[in-house]
Amino acid sequence: MKKKYKRKHKRRNQSYWGEVFYNLRKNTMAMISLLMLLFVMLMCLIVPMISPYSIETTNMQQMDQSPDKEHILGTDKIGRDLFTRLFYAGRISLGVALSVVALECLIGTVLGSIAGFYGGIVDIIIMRIAEIFMSFPFMIICITIAAIFGNSIFNLILILAILSWPGIGRIVRGQILTLREIEYMEACEALGISDIRRIFKHLLPNVLAYIIVYATLGMASVILTETSLSFLGLGVSPPTPTWGNMIQEARNTLVIQEKWWYWIPPGICIFISVMCFNLLGDGLRDAIDPKMKR
Amino acid sequence: MIPVFIGILFILFFILQQAPGSPVSHMMSPKMTPAQKAELADKLGLNTPWYFRFINWIEEALSGNLGYSITHKKPVTDVIKDYMGSTLLLSSISLVISILIGIPAGVISATKQYSKTDNILTVVSLIGISIPSFFFGLLLLKFFAVDIQIFPLFGLKDPLLFSNNPMTKYLDIAWHLVLPSIVLGLGSTASFMRYTRSSMLEVIKQDYIRTARAKGLREKTVIYRHAFRNAIIPIITLLGFWIPSLLSGAVITETIFALPGLGKISVEATMTRNYPLILGINAMLALLTLIGALVADILYAIADPRIRYD
Repeated sequence: MKKKYKRKHKRRNQSYWGEVFYNLRKNTMAMISLLMLLFVMLMCLIVPMISPYSIETTNMQQMDQSPDKEHILGTDKIGRDLFTRLFYAGRISLGVALSVVALECLIGTVLGSIAGFYGGIVDIIIMRIAEIFMSFPFMIICITIAAIFGNSIFNLILILAILSWPGIGRIVRGQILTLREIEYMEACEALGISDIRRIFKHLLPNVLAYIIVYATLGMASVILTETSLSFLGLGVSPPTPTWGNMIQEARNTLVIQEKWWYWIPPGICIFISVMCFNLLGDGLRDAIDPKMKR
Repeated sequence: MIPVFIGILFILFFILQQAPGSPVSHMMSPKMTPAQKAELADKLGLNTPWYFRFINWIEEALSGNLGYSITHKKPVTDVIKDYMGSTLLLSSISLVISILIGIPAGVISATKQYSKTDNILTVVSLIGISIPSFFFGLLLLKFFAVDIQIFPLFGLKDPLLFSNNPMTKYLDIAWHLVLPSIVLGLGSTASFMRYTRSSMLEVIKQDYIRTARAKGLREKTVIYRHAFRNAIIPIITLLGFWIPSLLSGAVITETIFALPGLGKISVEATMTRNYPLILGINAMLALLTLIGALVADILYAIADPRIRYD
């Protein structure tokens, strides 16, 4: 009896984030997605330890082999082990997505909070720029820039981040606009706290939840964009493997028809990671704002 | 809207100026002397600062001249005209399909929340937004064009079809567009469904819906007359922003199915560094996007009588 009471009591005293994690733990789908993602990331990290092959070693005696005991996912046309390449590719695809999201959230948050906090002409200018970036035909401008500046991984990250910051920027601006009017901001002003401190210490922590949800869903869309660009041959270029350029092999009818192990596994990897990020993002949104639940 | 358009063009022009290589190296013959090269560069106006050329380009564009595509040996406007038809056809078919399927499916799954239908639709829409379109396209190609050969593998027209009957020709094109429009439509159908569902769920909880039910209106009237009208408003705003992503999707779809469209030639244009064509296509698509946004604004005003534009 006493124990039960204690547990209940403990939960009531939980912090904001404690509450969020408690809600998230109750969401089975989101938890499964989280575990799946952790598993994929772990595989990407430990692949050199579990695979006897390296990504570069070619073996001319074992070209084009369908999956068997020795090569779980077969080999490609120059005898490289595709299982090993698949998870090295995951490192690149997930790494690019992570860096793009981090950079885009940084740019979007800073510009969005400046626009929301100062308002007036600053707001108008920043939002106009955001509008311009949102009206670009995304894929075509991506391939244009990639073709001009060369398709290195670093350029790709920069391009994707610069083109996609307006999304988070608008969200942060909208939130700051409403938060700015609440009384505690008036108190901040009366206390003479500096603008930067007011933005970063008193406003942004309240927007953090939205940024996290956006970033999780953003991971899904960045993975899709990067793999599409790499598939078109304008993202990360081979020999560096990514899930997108591994599927590029399937632009050949013979490969589509007979060699499923070339392109089905990377496709499934993209699909699973994107779906898990989507489910996790939805779960986080529900956990942060239970009123909005479905 | 016009400042935004000029802003887009300005940024595009600026980026293209940073490109390595000069048009002279594409046009010259190997025998040319440096003096002749300089003369050619002068003739092409490459010695004036880029912002002058930008103003010049805009002036020319207003009079309908977007420059000359070296690889196609045609003016850019003609190239765009040749390829635009199939892209517009493909994207409008997919847009219509996704509106006709996505929005009703969203309404149904919202009205029957947590039912079996709702669960199935939710899972399908989740798969739809998560599957990469190029992978989905390749899967469809494998099953329907390679394994059981009912749909054509690529292209827009059957090269072996010699018929003057326009009906057969249209049917042939339609047959070639089935797989591409499914691929392009899947993602947007799924997104429309998700947006409609959440918007509908929000509206159904409102007090005026309870009032409508309390008045004794039929459930159908409540859902389709009272709730739907309000739920559709955010979806309409979404439609305006949807056009850029549809056109981006067209790039991938056209590449997979080898359709002669704007997406495919823009990939080719970037590969061959055909700058006038890249600029022309981008300008065209940006204009289409902005027109889309304008149309969405107008539809928004029609759907929501509270909004008035002066």
